[in-house]
Amino acid sequence: MNPVRRRRLLWVIALVVAAGLATALVAMALQRNIAYLYTPSEVLRGEAGEHARFRLGGMVAADSFKRAPGSLDATFRVTDGDAQMPVKYTGILPDLFREKQAVVATGRMEGGVFVAETILAKHDENYMPKEVADKMGMAHKKHDVAAPGAGAAQEAK
Amino acid sequence: MLGEIGLVALILALLVSVLQAALPLAGAQRGVAPWMAVARPAAYAQLALVGFAFVILTHGFVTQDFSLLYVAENSNSLLPLMYRYTAVWGAHEGSLLLWALILAVWTAAVARFSRSLPDTVIARVLGVMGLVSAGFLAFLIFTSNPFLRLLPAAAEGRDLNPLLQDPGMIIHPPMLYLGYVGFSVPFAFAIAALLDGKIDARWLRWTRPWTNVAWAFLTLGIALGSWWAYYELGWGGWWFWDPVENASFMPWLAGAALLHSQAVTEKRGSFRGWTLLLAIATFSLSLLGTFLVRSGVLTSVHAFAADPARGLFILIFLGIVVGGSLLLYALKAPSSDEAGKPFELFSRETLLLANNLLLSTACAMVLLGTLYPLLADALELGKISVGPPYFALMFVLLMAPLVLLLPFGPITRWQREQVSKPLAMLLPWAGFAIALAVVAYFMAPQGPVKVAAGVLGAAWVLFGTARFVWTRVRSQSSGQRFTAEMLGMTLAHFGVAVFLVGALLTEGLTTQREVAVAKGHAVELGGYSFRFDGAAHSQGPNYEADRGTVTVFRDGKPFTVMHPEKRAYASGGQVMTEAAIARGFTRDLYVALGEPLGDGAWALRVHIKPFVRWIWAGALLMMLGGFVTATDRRFRRVAQVRESLPANEPTPEPAR
Repeated sequence: MNPVRRRRLLWVIALVVAAGLATALVAMALQRNIAYLYTPSEVLRGEAGEHARFRLGGMVAADSFKRAPGSLDATFRVTDGDAQMPVKYTGILPDLFREKQAVVATGRMEGGVFVAETILAKHDENYMPKEVADKMGMAHKKHDVAAPGAGAAQEAK
Repeated sequence: MLGEIGLVALILALLVSVLQAALPLAGAQRGVAPWMAVARPAAYAQLALVGFAFVILTHGFVTQDFSLLYVAENSNSLLPLMYRYTAVWGAHEGSLLLWALILAVWTAAVARFSRSLPDTVIARVLGVMGLVSAGFLAFLIFTSNPFLRLLPAAAEGRDLNPLLQDPGMIIHPPMLYLGYVGFSVPFAFAIAALLDGKIDARWLRWTRPWTNVAWAFLTLGIALGSWWAYYELGWGGWWFWDPVENASFMPWLAGAALLHSQAVTEKRGSFRGWTLLLAIATFSLSLLGTFLVRSGVLTSVHAFAADPARGLFILIFLGIVVGGSLLLYALKAPSSDEAGKPFELFSRETLLLANNLLLSTACAMVLLGTLYPLLADALELGKISVGPPYFALMFVLLMAPLVLLLPFGPITRWQREQVSKPLAMLLPWAGFAIALAVVAYFMAPQGPVKVAAGVLGAAWVLFGTARFVWTRVRSQSSGQRFTAEMLGMTLAHFGVAVFLVGALLTEGLTTQREVAVAKGHAVELGGYSFRFDGAAHSQGPNYEADRGTVTVFRDGKPFTVMHPEKRAYASGGQVMTEAAIARGFTRDLYVALGEPLGDGAWALRVHIKPFVRWIWAGALLMMLGGFVTATDRRFRRVAQVRESLPANEPTPEPAR
């Protein structure tokens, strides 16, 4: 093999190795950091089973929000119209967090209770996150929620 | 009546832009001089027409004309005058009008400052910009008319989104758009070069300042957005890897790669095809950013348009621009026998190639993470979101080698260099940086790895760049100038160092607490004591607020008083957190009110964020670097240079 060809071959091998390595890393990093969205009834049916960490979407059930006096420990229930799921969160909730409004919580299940790390709340009275609306399908009709429209979401960390 | 005149102006602008695209492009192809001569006057006419429409919309806001639907939806009689001006680009229609206006400004600027270019080149460049403009004006007129009437007129407007009622929002969108749209100049040049069939280094030299200026504006726009998110959203974060942030970050990364590859192509003739491809990619990513933000496919603070017709329109437009330019590239890309001067494995070319590979890989990584949820949704793989740790991990992995190689770039010769020379110059400084990092590691009260990495990276880039400056300044006596281009590069690289300090030290050293506090009680954090003195009712121009008073003590002595607010806006009843920030060179104190917990107690969020201002200071230095580079006299000497490739750029003499 002449030197030019050999150099070219080395370049190609280096490129393939680098690309393979990058792809593997990206795939791994993606796999670890993806959070799927489920509704309470899907979680109760066991569909979220294989994911330790996921996002729970739905409405905050009426009269379900409680805070332990003198602390930031909050509990509420998330409903999709068919099923409810108790949620625990410690910290300041987003400004737009209300009962009977859409919410997306990221966290994991601990003994039948969803322990949230972050809470995403809807932006205004006309808006519900599109993915939650899609997921809940018929459910949001039961709650008389407007269809998804313009707006934005707010996040609490 | 005025609204209709505004719409007529937009329609005329659309016709002019079609003319500006069709005649000069056809003229350049066939060599008809009068057709090509249409380009410049058309560019000026377009600026006048779009500018006029913009003034009319602004007039509608200032005079509170609620018979215009867009004004009624985004203004309110209580809205302070300053925000009536900025409300013009507070929502979808107006921000697109701003996009079109800025494109018209760039086009007119190109028309004005391109006297030294051959007529065919400028006809093609302005023609391509006319095409882009026609696409956006059609989008504006057919799907997002800002002059739509509301009859009968509303008695009161719905008010501007409270998040946008903020001084930072006055200049964030225009700066960002100046950057996005500015990349249309290198894009138009790339298309013109492909149509022409040859890439002339002289014209390439002419586009370099434009790329630098666009990139500098984009840097400023992103920095302003980050700064705004930090103080306005009330979470104390400065970057969230939110899809919309990513949308502006992708063209920034591609643009940074473009700056460097343009320098190689202009000076050495290498990487021609790659530079053209990057120019196309950068502007395409700007369009993609606009699509992602404006089409409503993303849930975000910025997603105000959820009209599917709009999303479809932008998608088709994007398909035409990206598909068309890639097709053109495939057909007419420069062949390999046009490659520039050869270079060896260890040379500045190779280092800049590494820079480009790393930056474009980072860009691809961000693109993948941003589009993955959309793809998964379209393929029915479930509703997913990609978490910030993915971006953070990948970004650090890709940027670490970039930071490592950065100081070598400027002190390595073009074409061929002995590995030992730059190593010998930089080794002592590497040792010094490592020593500082070790000290930082043991001094850091928390997050020692991040702090040490920040100090190491920053010191290495700072010393390495300073070493380059010293070499250049010393050799000035032998007749080598320290050019504006070098100064710009030095500033931008110093900016990287300052940014590294800010980003990594803030991440490593931030302390925060979220607590429930009763009136008179205090929160202790990082040597400061924050005493909550209750919240009182207060009245703003278009909102009511609970205004908290927090007295900060340091070592038992009063240090400062802070007033975080919780605002409820009069129209719509939106609630907003207004954080109080005590700024400082080495740390920020950040206090935000949570919610009332009864009996005068409140939830309180307190952060101490060391070196957080350095993040934006670093970005500002990078921006300054872009502007300073653009002033280099060499870029304006296009006409005098005869040969198609310039003489060798003098390389720094390595120190002996």
